[in-house]
Amino acid sequence: MNAHDGSHKSITQENLQKSASDEVNNSPSIAVRDVTVTYPNGHTALKDATFNLHAGTICALVGINGSGKSTLFKAIMGFVKPIKGDVQISGLTVDSALKQNLVAYVPQSEDVDWNFPVLVEDVVMMGRYGHMGFLRRASQEDRNKVAVALDRVGMTDYRQRQIGELSGGQKKRVFLARALAQESPIILLDEPFTGVDVKTEATIIELLRDLRSAGHLMLVATHNLGSVPDFCDQVVLVNRTVLAAGATADVFTQSNLERAFGGVLRHFKLEGRALHNDDDSRSVTVLTDDERALVFYGEVKVDVQDADEAETKDH
Amino acid sequence: MIELLAPFEYNYMVKAMWVSGLVGGTCAFLSAYLMLKGWSLMGDALAHAIVPGVAGAYIIGIPFAAGAFFAGLLAALGMWFVRQQTKLREDAVIGIVFTSFFALGLLMVSIYPTAVNVQSIVLGNILGISDEDAMQVVIIAAVSLAILTLKRKDLMVTFFDEAHARTIGLNPTALKILFFTLLSACTVAALQTVGACLVIAMVVTPGATAYLLTDRFEKLLALSVGIGAATSIIGAYISFFLDGATGGVIVTLQTLIFLAAFLLAPKHGMLAQRRLRVKAEVSAP
Repeated sequence: MNAHDGSHKSITQENLQKSASDEVNNSPSIAVRDVTVTYPNGHTALKDATFNLHAGTICALVGINGSGKSTLFKAIMGFVKPIKGDVQISGLTVDSALKQNLVAYVPQSEDVDWNFPVLVEDVVMMGRYGHMGFLRRASQEDRNKVAVALDRVGMTDYRQRQIGELSGGQKKRVFLARALAQESPIILLDEPFTGVDVKTEATIIELLRDLRSAGHLMLVATHNLGSVPDFCDQVVLVNRTVLAAGATADVFTQSNLERAFGGVLRHFKLEGRALHNDDDSRSVTVLTDDERALVFYGEVKVDVQDADEAETKDH
Repeated sequence: MIELLAPFEYNYMVKAMWVSGLVGGTCAFLSAYLMLKGWSLMGDALAHAIVPGVAGAYIIGIPFAAGAFFAGLLAALGMWFVRQQTKLREDAVIGIVFTSFFALGLLMVSIYPTAVNVQSIVLGNILGISDEDAMQVVIIAAVSLAILTLKRKDLMVTFFDEAHARTIGLNPTALKILFFTLLSACTVAALQTVGACLVIAMVVTPGATAYLLTDRFEKLLALSVGIGAATSIIGAYISFFLDGATGGVIVTLQTLIFLAAFLLAPKHGMLAQRRLRVKAEVSAP
């Protein structure tokens, strides 16, 4: 079962012994190698995608709609089979990794039937199904873990509510609690910040950070570019292929983002003298795809003439 | 008093009651799942789609039930496949597949006149059911009910959130095929006893009624099966006094219960909703 050994893993594990309930036993990793996905209608959604992720990581998956983000998720979950290349999860094939409960999934709100007759605690209990026997009968341990998960996301008071009766932020937290109860070392989150209030966003980010320090591996598809540098240490940029992948500081740059979003983003550039009356020649660039804008300060050479013109127009 | 017990003195009545109870309960179990996915009319579709199977079975000389089951399964998988491959909505997919099958069936019957009366398929005959047929129905219903009971939670997760079902190691495709196979088998079993019309009601109404009464799936299943079985048994019993029309009585009972739930359900009923609205208006400034 433990396909890899190696110094990296043993060190991480030792550190983890101390941390409490989130402890990850099996050093998680995702290896996507040369993955090409073509749908039955002939559309190639993803071509030669390659990246690697390891334990203790929050990785943002960033790209425009139709860039292949969800196809990548589907490939990691085994919903689509690549026609070329392969996906390995903790050194295992996708199917056997799923059988061992290594991956949890937090769906996009649009993908959930909110009229389904289930209560909040029923949904969280579904996270435990993979740990139960053939008949899926909950043990006391399962019930305790559900209670702990609900408590961690602050939803204990709502446990008897039907899921459709919750606010956008509460709905997200329920599915996050399900992933916690599932105790999988790898968690995939699909647009966790869409339709969510600021408080919930902060709660989610804090929780993800806790899980990271416990050795979990999280892959977060998000439109919320502004929050990416706040909590993601890795970024994978996609546009029909993986444009760039690596540490946030290296990958999440203005030029890379412009490549990934080519003209799709709202793009504000506030420059030099249009902004202030001094010799500071840096400019402010605002890129936004969603609620929170991403701001670059001073990475672009200021075109003084343009700024002058802007100033003249203003007067 | 003695008159009320009269139906129990007739062997065929007792048989009719418990066979329809079992069939009604099993169909109600299936209805709970179908209703949640917007597939309620699939029962309708399957009930009509088996006609070419019956006609074909007659032509090549195999048991009708086998032909019916095969055609039903083919139709169910056909619908599922078309749904997967296209962006068409469920109702269009169901409509296309079931009309094609039904038309093919009518065509086959008109070209090779059979001894099978299409009327008897549509209406069924619970009171005249032979012991042999009854046994067949009971076996199908009991096996289906057992499998459904064991797999009810896996099926629920699959219907609720397929992606999550995969992450806990389930195979959603296999589970769906299992579900539709059982649906086809039960439709065939129910057709022999209660006829196509009633099958349609039996795989829709109990689940829809239970949906109005609870927000928990396990309870919904129990209520649905309870309603399905009870209305079937009581319906068969009452039909003794009304002289025939068993299917009609069962469906009427189910409709009455649905109406009661529609009006009086504690949370989702019409009156409760109105009370809530009034309350909201009062508390709003």
